[in-house]
Amino acid sequence: MQSQATYNYKVVRQFAVMTVIWGIVGMLVGVIIAAQLIWPELNVVEWLSYGRLRPLHTNAVIFAFGGCALFATSYFAVQRTSHVPLFAPALAAFTFWGWQLVIVLAALSLPLGFTQGKEYAELEWPIDILITLVWVSYAVVFFGTIVKRKVSHIYVANWFFGGFILTVAVLHLVNSAAIPVFAAGILTPKSYSAYAGVQDAMVQWWYGHNAVGFFLTAGFLGMMYYFVPKQAGRPIYSYRLSVVHFWALIFTYMWAGPHHLHYTALPDWTQSVGMVFSLILLAPSWGGMINGIMTLSGAWHKLRDDPILKFMITSLSFYGMSTFEGPMMSIKTVNALSHYTDWTVGHVHSGALGWVAMISIGSIYYLLPRLFGKPEMHSKKLVEAHFWIATIGIVLYIASMWIAGVMQGLMWRATNLDGTLTYSFVESVKATYPFWTIRLLGGLLFLSGMLIMAYNMFLTMAGGKAVNAPVLAPAAAH
Amino acid sequence: MSDFVSGFWNIYVVGIVLVSIIGCGVFLWSQSSATTVEGATTGHVWDEDLEEFSNPLPSWWRWLFYITIVFSLFYLAMYPGLGTYKGQFNWSSTGQYDGEMKKADDQYGPIYKKFQSQDIMAVAANSEAREMGQRLFLTYCAQCHGSDAKGARGFPNLTDNDWLFGGMPEQIKESITKGRDAMMPPKGLKPDLNGDQIKDLAHYVRSLSGLASDSIRAQRGKELFAPACSACHGPEGKGTPGLAPNLSDKIWLYGSSEDTVTETITKGRINRMPAWGEFLGEAKVHLLTAYVYGLGGGSKEVAAAAPAAAPVAAPVAAAPAEKK
Repeated sequence: MQSQATYNYKVVRQFAVMTVIWGIVGMLVGVIIAAQLIWPELNVVEWLSYGRLRPLHTNAVIFAFGGCALFATSYFAVQRTSHVPLFAPALAAFTFWGWQLVIVLAALSLPLGFTQGKEYAELEWPIDILITLVWVSYAVVFFGTIVKRKVSHIYVANWFFGGFILTVAVLHLVNSAAIPVFAAGILTPKSYSAYAGVQDAMVQWWYGHNAVGFFLTAGFLGMMYYFVPKQAGRPIYSYRLSVVHFWALIFTYMWAGPHHLHYTALPDWTQSVGMVFSLILLAPSWGGMINGIMTLSGAWHKLRDDPILKFMITSLSFYGMSTFEGPMMSIKTVNALSHYTDWTVGHVHSGALGWVAMISIGSIYYLLPRLFGKPEMHSKKLVEAHFWIATIGIVLYIASMWIAGVMQGLMWRATNLDGTLTYSFVESVKATYPFWTIRLLGGLLFLSGMLIMAYNMFLTMAGGKAVNAPVLAPAAAH
Repeated sequence: MSDFVSGFWNIYVVGIVLVSIIGCGVFLWSQSSATTVEGATTGHVWDEDLEEFSNPLPSWWRWLFYITIVFSLFYLAMYPGLGTYKGQFNWSSTGQYDGEMKKADDQYGPIYKKFQSQDIMAVAANSEAREMGQRLFLTYCAQCHGSDAKGARGFPNLTDNDWLFGGMPEQIKESITKGRDAMMPPKGLKPDLNGDQIKDLAHYVRSLSGLASDSIRAQRGKELFAPACSACHGPEGKGTPGLAPNLSDKIWLYGSSEDTVTETITKGRINRMPAWGEFLGEAKVHLLTAYVYGLGGGSKEVAAAAPAAAPVAAPVAAAPAEKK
């Protein structure tokens, strides 16, 4: 334990600031590839072409933006709810620098064309090993802090953070198993998956869907369980609901992967099992939304003039919406229409922008003044503006992709009286241009919101000083 | 064919799936009866003010959970999911595919059949058949040959009168049914050609169709043409139907620039049109043949003689690619 009894805020500060920076980078790349779909001539050179920037976009927003937000908030919450400073501060510092190195290596290797070809797991084996080292250190710091906690009960946010950390470790190790290529006897950074054929596809989507379920859901639910009651100043709605939806969520998510492989070479029985567990997942997902939103009961008036709370409640609404949409899209007959269309892209972004980004932004706004010794953000008006710009951006994005997706699905299946296809593929592409343009506008709005946030953040930091709050004694036990 | 290497896995899958689904329900039921005190907190406090109410599970949410569990069990009774058990509906994805294909054949088959017995010339002249042919063309052929059938680099134009494998109806039909393979070997029959000689040849080949060329190089190239190229392209470079394209016309499959012609000679060309007979069936191939023939480039009666088609181009040797 440290001699000076303060929480370790340094690593939280570092991750919080980088959350905003990487958010801007990742979303900028998203805006660029959205523009490339409208104006293909923007694919100037191969390493800035759509095919290489798209994985960079997903990696940057999920692992750089989302990852930094999770590190920052989990480190903050676990210390404060355990009433002890972080365990192994040197390892915590390593997780920060190690994670930044992973991100930089991703930003270099992906445009250069190094990829394992697995969605959300594109990074090649040397980077995978670095990720493993960082992640194990993260687990040591997090669970070490839990172990030396001063309160007997583990707070609900930490269940979710803990579940997220453990499961992502397993997912990463299993899905990234690969055999490196030796060229002329020399080890190269290139590798091929350890699995083959449909097994490879199944392992990939077991990983892929649980990346959504644990990285993008369980982790951010942990964030929600700390920051929503804090900002609302209200107790969590139901402890029992936390228990049930936590165990049900982490158990059923594990099964849902096959719904990414409907109507493929994956055996029928596997597809069915994936589909029913995706449906069962609806209630456990909504448990989190209910617990978050109902926490506000008795404090709804605070929404009127608290933009941070607006971010959080809106994020829970989008969480509820996309976790309703997900099980519906996993139903085979719905999937037959939605799969491979922009509907999927819209669904992902209602989760990624609406839920993940909004809850992160709200939580980071909560953190920044506390980390830099200020009573509040430099400008509350700008936080309010950010909220509305981001919300309008999301709505434009999702609505345009819904319409585009359903239109594409219907065009692809339309047939003439003689059974031939009514539309060629390129006609559906042409018909999608207006919606891609609206999507680009939505993305631009969301990115502008992040720029406002960065401006506000730097002005909050300016003149402030790094603060490490004193460790609090636990409240007297009942 | 079973998805499992042994009977054990069937039992394993059935067991783990049922235990998991039913387990969700049992867990929910056990937690529903846990003691809760509405409006009171659990008594735990973290970080100054974090508390939890001891509210019960919302009953509408519990019922939502139960309904999804019951539906899942019902679904797995009706559809494949529990190992090798096929489900009461006896549904399978391949069965659905076969059923839909059969339904489509029953429904659309007669529409295509009625043209199958007619002569290609008659079908080509029938406006209904032409429209159907165009729709087939846009679905299956336009990706390479273009929606206007005018082709692209490496993919022959089907609207001109220049045919690599013949423009008579039977020849077009054979191209569609069986596909076509074409290959020009690098440096033709003279693998020892050096860079300068290839350049000479390129100048000669360009001169055949009246393109700008260095007359001295073209002269030297002419002497190389006989041993290297004439076996396939003929002594005057006018090509051989089904084997090698005509080099003396204005039509070039890969391009006529000196660089492209040099590349073609140096590296050779390999090209292929895939076979569509099995996939589309005779009736649709018949309609497509008529459509392609009717595009205007189809060889007319004159074509009766073998040379019918021939021309085409593509640089020196260009791989014939299928061309209609």
